[in-house]
Amino acid sequence: MDIIKTKKLVFEYIRRDEEGNVEGITRAVDEVNLNVKQGEFIAILGHNGSGKSTLAKHINAILSPTEGSVWVDGKDTSDEENIWEIRQKAGMVFQNPDNQIIGQVVEEDVGFGPENMGIPTKEIWERVEESLKAVGMYEYRKYSPNKLSGGQKQRVSIAGVIAMHPKCIILDEPTAMLDPVGRKEVIRAVRALNQVEGVTIVLITHYMEEVIYADRVFVMEQGHIEMEGTPKEIFTQVDRLKSLRLDVPQVTLLAHELRMSGLSIPEGILTTKELMEALGLK
Amino acid sequence: MSIIVDHVNYIYGADTALAVNALKDINLVIPDGQFIGLIGHTGSGKSTLVQHLNGLLRPTSGGIYYNGEDIFEKGYNLKNLRSKVGLVFQYPEHQLFEIDVFSDVCFGPKNLGLDKKEIELRAYKALKQVGIEDEFFYQSPFDLSGGQKRRVAIAGVLAMNPDVLILDEPTAGLDPKGRDEILDQISALREETGKTVILVSHSMEDVAKYVDRLIVMNHGSIIFDDEPKEVFKHYKQLEEIGLAAPQVTYIMHELKECGLSVDVNATTVEEARISILNALKNKVRK
Repeated sequence: MDIIKTKKLVFEYIRRDEEGNVEGITRAVDEVNLNVKQGEFIAILGHNGSGKSTLAKHINAILSPTEGSVWVDGKDTSDEENIWEIRQKAGMVFQNPDNQIIGQVVEEDVGFGPENMGIPTKEIWERVEESLKAVGMYEYRKYSPNKLSGGQKQRVSIAGVIAMHPKCIILDEPTAMLDPVGRKEVIRAVRALNQVEGVTIVLITHYMEEVIYADRVFVMEQGHIEMEGTPKEIFTQVDRLKSLRLDVPQVTLLAHELRMSGLSIPEGILTTKELMEALGLK
Repeated sequence: MSIIVDHVNYIYGADTALAVNALKDINLVIPDGQFIGLIGHTGSGKSTLVQHLNGLLRPTSGGIYYNGEDIFEKGYNLKNLRSKVGLVFQYPEHQLFEIDVFSDVCFGPKNLGLDKKEIELRAYKALKQVGIEDEFFYQSPFDLSGGQKRRVAIAGVLAMNPDVLILDEPTAGLDPKGRDEILDQISALREETGKTVILVSHSMEDVAKYVDRLIVMNHGSIIFDDEPKEVFKHYKQLEEIGLAAPQVTYIMHELKECGLSVDVNATTVEEARISILNALKNKVRK
């Protein structure tokens, strides 16, 4: 069964003037059909304003569709009764770690979610321990979140979501505010969750090099899905991505430029290893 | 005309149990017209440092001199300084507030007490410099896209006509095209006007492409201050402090290890392309 399924999903933002009359309607998500299988790692790309975040907010029922439907683990998100169950199944991580951490101590922060679910104390502590271990932050459990770096804070945010035992985690630009090492730490933690724990991942990002490990990549444009494929299939189309205000990883761009200079290198090179093979170095 | 930072120390919460030494003995000379990159991990003191340059923070010890004058001397006109050293904060679009784009950009020069014609001229020029077309001038700034909002906010600072422009992570959260557009415009603006630009960034690729001097901070101290190429030679040390070299530099190192004699100091895709083509040519000749 699909863990996430949308059918002809439409969402419209309605702008009103001071008297409440409709001034304009913006269709942020336009007839999106999406099927994500349990355990998949998918990435969503698209320029600012293309509808990525609006789509993501439907997956844990922060927004509910104007038209069409969304199901998470078979539950319809527009049914009020399902909301709490859906939010436990699909956890969300946002851009700014400082807006997501509330506890004075790391382990308290991570325990906040399961505590609200009414989990017995002993199990909360077990979950806190396993979640912090999963993101490599267990040794910091007694720290104040203020003392952590951006990447560490963001991993604590992710641990807070994992402690609720979701089947799926949606990350909306989790690395936008981080330095290079912080970005790597977060992406490594996300991949480990996917591969070791089998958690379904939906990653939204503007950093092209972060999506090369995804099973499938979706590119959004004006609210609809413009491109869909494996990272290789997507990044083969350098010029099309650029026309959609996107980019490719630097190694892909370098290979593309070398190809344009007359070398016989295939399109869609994603790693240095592939580039070396194409250059006949291995 | 320059900024001099002389033995500056800054302690947050001095005299409390929670005192944090955010800047430690910082010394810098920033001459006119340089394009400077400032990098460092989150919490390394970058933002604290730039807030000293226009007098928003006062050093715990040490001094800041603008054009030879001590900016913290009694009677120094800090208001004037702030119009000469323009600071664009992180997520500056959160500070937009006027009913339309044009009025928002007029707000800064209006506070300088200029006449109406001069204010409007400056606002118009600033909006053009960041690539905002006339059709957007009378729209609400809140109806623009993320990249456009960011550019309007930058125009608001440009309209003050500063000699030094400091941008604190101006491209965070923007799509790749939006990122390139903003940096290209800043770079063109600098070439045109000779303004000094200081770019605080987390993107090694961006600083490698644009700046001619790179300052690296770690735990409140400056640990490198050199041309980007020289700084990125220390990529192992950069990694230890939460940073990295641009992605292509790593590619070049790996190619070299496999026996292709490329320039491992290439920091942009274009440099890497030329170096690889040359190396392949030489290999064939041998």
